[in-house]
Amino acid sequence: MKKEYLQIDKVVGPLIQISDVDDVFYGEVVDIVEISTGNIKKGKVIKIEEKNVIIQVFQNTAGLSAGSSIIKFTGESFNLPMSLDLQGRIFNGIGEPIDNGSDIFSLVEANINGRPINPMSREYPRNFIQTGISSIDTLATLIRGQKLPIFSGNGLPHNELAAQIVRQARLGDNVNEEFGVVFAAIGVKHDDEKFFRKSFDEANVMDRVVMFVNYADDPIAERITTPRCALTAAEYLAFEKHMHILVVMTDITSYCEALREISSAREEVPSRKGYPGYMYSDLASLYERAGMLKDQVGSITFLPILTMPNDDITHPIPDLTGYITEGQIVLGRDLFQRSIYPPVAILPSLSRLMKDGIGEGFTRGDHAEVANQLFASYSKVQEVRDLSQIIGEEDLSPTDKKYMAFGRAFEAEFLNQGFDEGRNIIESLDLGWQLLSLLPLTELDRLSPENIDKYFPKKA
Amino acid sequence: MAVNEENKVKGIISAINGPVIKGKNMTSFKMREMVTVGEQRLIGEVIVLEGDIGTIQVYEETEGLKTGEEITPTGRPLSLKLGPGMLKNMFDGIQRPLEKIQELSPIFIPEGIGLLSIDDKKMWTATLSVKPGDLLLAGSCFGTVQETQVIQNRLLVPPNLSGTVVSVMPDGEYTIEDVLVTIRDAKNELHELKMAHEWPVRTPRPNAYRRETLVPLITGQRVIDIFFPIAKGGTAAIPGGFGTGKTMTQHQLAKWSDADIIVYIGCGERGNEMTEVIEDFPKLIDPRSGKSIMERTVLIANTSNMPVAAREASIYTGITIAEYYRDMGYAVAMMADSTSRWAEALREISGRLEEMPAEEGYPAYLPSRIAEFYERAGSIETLGGDDGSITIIGAVSPAGGDFSEPVTENTKRFVNVFLALDKSLAYARHYPAINWLESYSGYLKILSDWYEDNVAADCISLRNKMLELMYEENKLQEMVMLVGEDVLPDDQRWVLEIAKIIKVGYLQQNAYNKDDTYVPLEKQYAMLKAIEYLFERGREGLKLGIPTSQLKNVDIFSQFIKMKYTIPNDDLSGIDKLKDEIDQYYEVLFKKYEN
Repeated sequence: MKKEYLQIDKVVGPLIQISDVDDVFYGEVVDIVEISTGNIKKGKVIKIEEKNVIIQVFQNTAGLSAGSSIIKFTGESFNLPMSLDLQGRIFNGIGEPIDNGSDIFSLVEANINGRPINPMSREYPRNFIQTGISSIDTLATLIRGQKLPIFSGNGLPHNELAAQIVRQARLGDNVNEEFGVVFAAIGVKHDDEKFFRKSFDEANVMDRVVMFVNYADDPIAERITTPRCALTAAEYLAFEKHMHILVVMTDITSYCEALREISSAREEVPSRKGYPGYMYSDLASLYERAGMLKDQVGSITFLPILTMPNDDITHPIPDLTGYITEGQIVLGRDLFQRSIYPPVAILPSLSRLMKDGIGEGFTRGDHAEVANQLFASYSKVQEVRDLSQIIGEEDLSPTDKKYMAFGRAFEAEFLNQGFDEGRNIIESLDLGWQLLSLLPLTELDRLSPENIDKYFPKKA
Repeated sequence: MAVNEENKVKGIISAINGPVIKGKNMTSFKMREMVTVGEQRLIGEVIVLEGDIGTIQVYEETEGLKTGEEITPTGRPLSLKLGPGMLKNMFDGIQRPLEKIQELSPIFIPEGIGLLSIDDKKMWTATLSVKPGDLLLAGSCFGTVQETQVIQNRLLVPPNLSGTVVSVMPDGEYTIEDVLVTIRDAKNELHELKMAHEWPVRTPRPNAYRRETLVPLITGQRVIDIFFPIAKGGTAAIPGGFGTGKTMTQHQLAKWSDADIIVYIGCGERGNEMTEVIEDFPKLIDPRSGKSIMERTVLIANTSNMPVAAREASIYTGITIAEYYRDMGYAVAMMADSTSRWAEALREISGRLEEMPAEEGYPAYLPSRIAEFYERAGSIETLGGDDGSITIIGAVSPAGGDFSEPVTENTKRFVNVFLALDKSLAYARHYPAINWLESYSGYLKILSDWYEDNVAADCISLRNKMLELMYEENKLQEMVMLVGEDVLPDDQRWVLEIAKIIKVGYLQQNAYNKDDTYVPLEKQYAMLKAIEYLFERGREGLKLGIPTSQLKNVDIFSQFIKMKYTIPNDDLSGIDKLKDEIDQYYEVLFKKYEN
């Protein structure tokens, strides 16, 4: 029989401290029962010092006081019941249903913290996922089992882009393999959550979506568990039920802010910008749960969205994320202001896994060269634009003028595409050749003569 | 050993805070002693002792631990078992083989699997080279085992033992735990020598003396070998923001360096990157041995989601394994990707210990730890009298790509080669994105004799001349940004044209092209020499008043840009042909202008 405690010594933000406690373990889940109402709040042991225990409460601590609540130690870690019935359901950040449906009952339970995948057991991801978006498919190709975040800014259309990817993504040719979506909303506005729910409905995938939602006005401690619950569900569906799971998570910035708030309540030594020193490991414990396993069907492809504070890519949140994830898709504000959708800033965008997932047998033999040439040429466009700012476009050399024309066409025709428009990879690559043909052949040093022969548009 | 453990005084867990726990009743524990913690017997290390309270960093996930559970001492510091069976294998941060862990738990890495090490069941064919009565000094060789197809493991007397051989087993099949030789030391005590012995990771293995480093580590990468060479036994750092290609560069070095042994540490990096290494390396053929490069490689993986305390240890595990092979007389190259994650692990543990932070939350002892680590590199004479060396190449991941942060700054103080990766080069897909203006090599001077004797007498002066040209190009580019290229005089425009060839045709190297991924030094030199030739012939033309637009023959230029692909690594005659073409073109052109 587990003991119950009445005395709370201290409440600081989401943390409570109780003393004279025996026989609890690190990470144990506690129920905090308000005597007057019978409401139950959940919490977790995050520090034990002799007989003093610090508990992080997942709900609002307002109203808690010494003597008004009973603290019960449950003797369990934070586990969630796992079942295929999770699909089509909506849960809060600690995995309780909030869609008026029944609780999930299952003999299978999983600890939400997960465990590191043994690198020996991983399969190196190589399968291309066609998102139907030219800039992503051609230049920052998404690979099944990859973790590829969208670095965005406030007000940029990252939600639209994520929804479009969910709608258009073709997860491989093998129709027998099932796919599903796990969606985690961390500290999002009610509107944003509505938007996603609507777009899942429109894409006709709602019965394949598991949603975990923590609204912006929900308690921040719950933001720590929201992504973990979602990834635990994803792991179950991918590795136990062999489905291909796309995890969309927004907004990692809210998650990191919650981490900082709790860290400061714990009086920890801060590192950059007040974020805790362990934020890298903490984020890694989320991102690294994406992947594929050897000799087994099923994968987790992870698309976290984060808004860069002040559009600053060197801010600790995008910075640490970029060091862990396998590339990034960066949205640019200047493209957005020129009404280019999706405003993918291709130069800082990158897919690290792309090199092994494109080319002959995956996309098309010329993919790598076209991508490389587009990067190199568009990078040159930036230099020419800087120059034209100073000396005026009129005075540019003839080649530089061609670069200016290429830059404009590239943005208007290649980057820019409709919210409902899907282009397959062949269309995107052909479009790339079309645009490159605006430049003189001598400038195209990344293209091989064989591919130029084969694909370079012949002048009529 | 199990019996001994039962008799020892055990500690009692009194506090738990993430990977750091405290225990009572620990007066008999030693600093840096390895312990097992709790019912699951998690592995940990004592890092602070104060009265009867001890603080322990735990190398596994601590969720589920309770106060009141036992802390059991092992009586020895965190040690590795050093013996045959490490090559071709991948270990976690405390030398537990991941393949073995996979057998115990197929997908995830669980807690409480206990201490595992190299395979003690595997039979090796040992050839013993000593006889009773021989005097064996510390570090001398008493036999050999063919560990892989290319590496012979030389069985060494541990550095802390010496004596006269009493008995020797006949040559044959043994496990690493079988006694092969018995020796009697000066105090008349008997010691057993096996294939494997233990060594504490935090203690550098001794050597006879340090030598000067006079030979370069040939990497097959043009920008490194010619412009910023690394000496065998030297130290190098590769700093760069995310996406600049640190890991890619480290992989290229691990694949193609002409070291005998490679120790590759994935420290706090991506799981998929380690998987890529396991999948790719066995398929790649070492140009020198003709065998798979995996035959000479040891991998250590502590991916970013593995326990942070083991990340701190992984660097020491790696360097200790490197020293073990160095002591056999091998040239070892060690890649640590990334040392910043190791520094962050130090910071995290330090924070949990509530130590006073210095810069950006890092502990004040960060510089001294970095120095200690890089100082374990070096070219040495082993105790047994052989030449051995360890080259350390550490990746650094500066926060925000800003090189003025503490880890980059302090690393810069203790390494001799600095290969700065540049975001803008990476954005333009110029790989390797090593910035030639910011990078430097402190070994240039001492290696210049080697280059003059082994490559070409003018190799270093050619390198200096071309680097100067790149500096000039940088200055000219600033001007171009203001006024445009057309306004520059012809001789300066010629510099820009040649610099473009150097950038695209020489400094950029394609890791995915079968010829360009590794280029022998002769070709590296010949390519640069050819570029110089073009530069000089063009300058002759400038004196005749020929404009750059005429000097720049599109066909010749495009051949220069593509010569890394079109001229085979083993047949450089194409470069002479290219020079002939230059001569032919310019002779006609010069005649026109002379008249």
